[in-house]
Amino acid sequence: MNTISSAPSASQPPLAFRRSSLAYKPGLARNRWNLAFTGLATVFSIIAVLPLVLVLAYVLIRGGSLISLQLLTSLPPAPGLDGGGIGNAILGTLVVTLIASLIAIPVGVGGGIYLAEYSSSGPFAQFVRFGTNVLSGVPSIICGVFVYGLIVATRLFFDQSYSAMAGGIALSVLMLPTVIKTTDEALKLVPNELRWGAIGIGASRFVTIVRVTLPAAVSPIATGVVLAIARAAGETAPLIFTALFSPFWPEGVFNPIATMSVLIYNFAIMPYEAQIALAWAASFVLVVMILAANLFARWLGRFAQA
Amino acid sequence: MSTAPASDPFVLRRRPLQERLVDQGFQRLTVVLASLVGIVLLGILLTVAMGSREAMATFGLGFLTTSDWDPSGERYGAFTAIYGTIVTSVLSLLIAVPLGVGTAIFITENLIPLRIRLVLGVMVELLAAIPSVVLGLWAIFVMEPFLRPILGGLYTTLGWLPIFSTEPQGPGMAPAILILVVMILPIITAISRDSLQQVPPELRSAAYGVGTTRWDAILQVILPAAVSGITGGVMLALGRAMGETMAVTMIIGNSTNFSWSLLAPGNTISSMLANQFGEADGQQVSALMYAALVLMLLTLVVNVLAQWVVRRLSLKYS
Repeated sequence: MNTISSAPSASQPPLAFRRSSLAYKPGLARNRWNLAFTGLATVFSIIAVLPLVLVLAYVLIRGGSLISLQLLTSLPPAPGLDGGGIGNAILGTLVVTLIASLIAIPVGVGGGIYLAEYSSSGPFAQFVRFGTNVLSGVPSIICGVFVYGLIVATRLFFDQSYSAMAGGIALSVLMLPTVIKTTDEALKLVPNELRWGAIGIGASRFVTIVRVTLPAAVSPIATGVVLAIARAAGETAPLIFTALFSPFWPEGVFNPIATMSVLIYNFAIMPYEAQIALAWAASFVLVVMILAANLFARWLGRFAQA
Repeated sequence: MSTAPASDPFVLRRRPLQERLVDQGFQRLTVVLASLVGIVLLGILLTVAMGSREAMATFGLGFLTTSDWDPSGERYGAFTAIYGTIVTSVLSLLIAVPLGVGTAIFITENLIPLRIRLVLGVMVELLAAIPSVVLGLWAIFVMEPFLRPILGGLYTTLGWLPIFSTEPQGPGMAPAILILVVMILPIITAISRDSLQQVPPELRSAAYGVGTTRWDAILQVILPAAVSGITGGVMLALGRAMGETMAVTMIIGNSTNFSWSLLAPGNTISSMLANQFGEADGQQVSALMYAALVLMLLTLVVNVLAQWVVRRLSLKYS
């Protein structure tokens, strides 16, 4: 009669239904494996966060201890001399990033508006989306090579070769995909009822976009733009042979310009203590700026959800 | 009756000319701005391809398989850099994938309180925000000196293997691989986390319901369900690792001499570009452009494949 091997008696239910079978048995092989994998995942996570902690600690301690008003406002010293600062590089990073933003934000937001508002599923829009993804995968050094070939080697601007403008354009190519993508996605999240409402009371397409949908999507777009700017500010590879470097204060946007990222690269491999110290100080300023921008973007994003 | 007075607010009127012009003009403008993406992409491809014509004609496909890099003798072969690019990116991926996926599981599972998990997630994302050049600086002055005795140990014990056959003397491929791990870890973690979170909770409930342990459910049900998203993320990370420039340039040693050893200084295509492009002239520029073209095609293939994999995932779960 019984299909269960351990026959039920009056006092004992079948083995599978005994209360003791529900108890956690730490000695079982599968429970041991379970514990081992949990331990492994914990170790992996600690290893994953460790670099951030270590890099931040070194940058904050070695760089932060050097920061002074004089360092932030003076020019780098000649090789072999002490003192000096990174004032021109801070200013240069701001200038180049500003140029890049002035190009990438209008173009990117405009492109994103086209994708989300005018042709969200047409073949051309699909092509542009595909191109955006491909462009975001192009190595940043290739953007530098591109701008070098297009602008620096051809002396496109007033017969100047290396210039802040060329550097800014190279950075804008890097920012463009991020800005387009975030604008596209932010606009797609705006409920269609808002658009219908605006069209229904007689607004034109242009007015609907500028007065209704864009304001509704402004906070996620701003988040993406801030993140793109933060990323561009730290980029080095596209600047090495476009903006080059300069030991002097910026002399207009059509001349070579110093930036913090190129300063770190150039000074880190110099055999002089003063230059290496400046590289750490510039890292500190750059990291603080970028982390602040990231936290700001995070705050903007939370603002968007509320 | 057929013509209503002009003041009637309910009459449909044509928009004024000015309004129509603005409307159409704006639409055209956005089309132009959107097509800039394609133009820039095409421009990049054309610039690099045109720049490399001369080297392509001189060296042909032999450029890819020879490893002479001699600017004074005008003989160029990019095998050292291509080998460096592929070896550093693939090996860094081998280390970063278990770490990243493990971290993603740790963040999505409820092993520890939500608050700590959120902090961990934010920390990994902030790691992605640290500029490559700062990681390079850290690698030169902190990581490499710390690593040197360990790599020296590898050389003394496993030196008979070709990949450990040189004595570590500072910058080299091995530290470059490790700094690449740090750089691609956030991408792998973020994308794995997103794909794990997309797995329908019913799958997990069903697995627990038939009596699996937590890790049985993860390894046999949840990970297989998320595998295409994770694969897409891994491929994106591979593309990123291939093109990553600054940190690698600062720590890899920039040697154009070929060596199988991971402990020897080496080169990647991007580090070679960063290191030489500014001072190159004549045929060297063309040879560097040719190398850039190779890098671009490599990353292009990897990225398009990644997109294809990711698209397959989104079809499956949306």
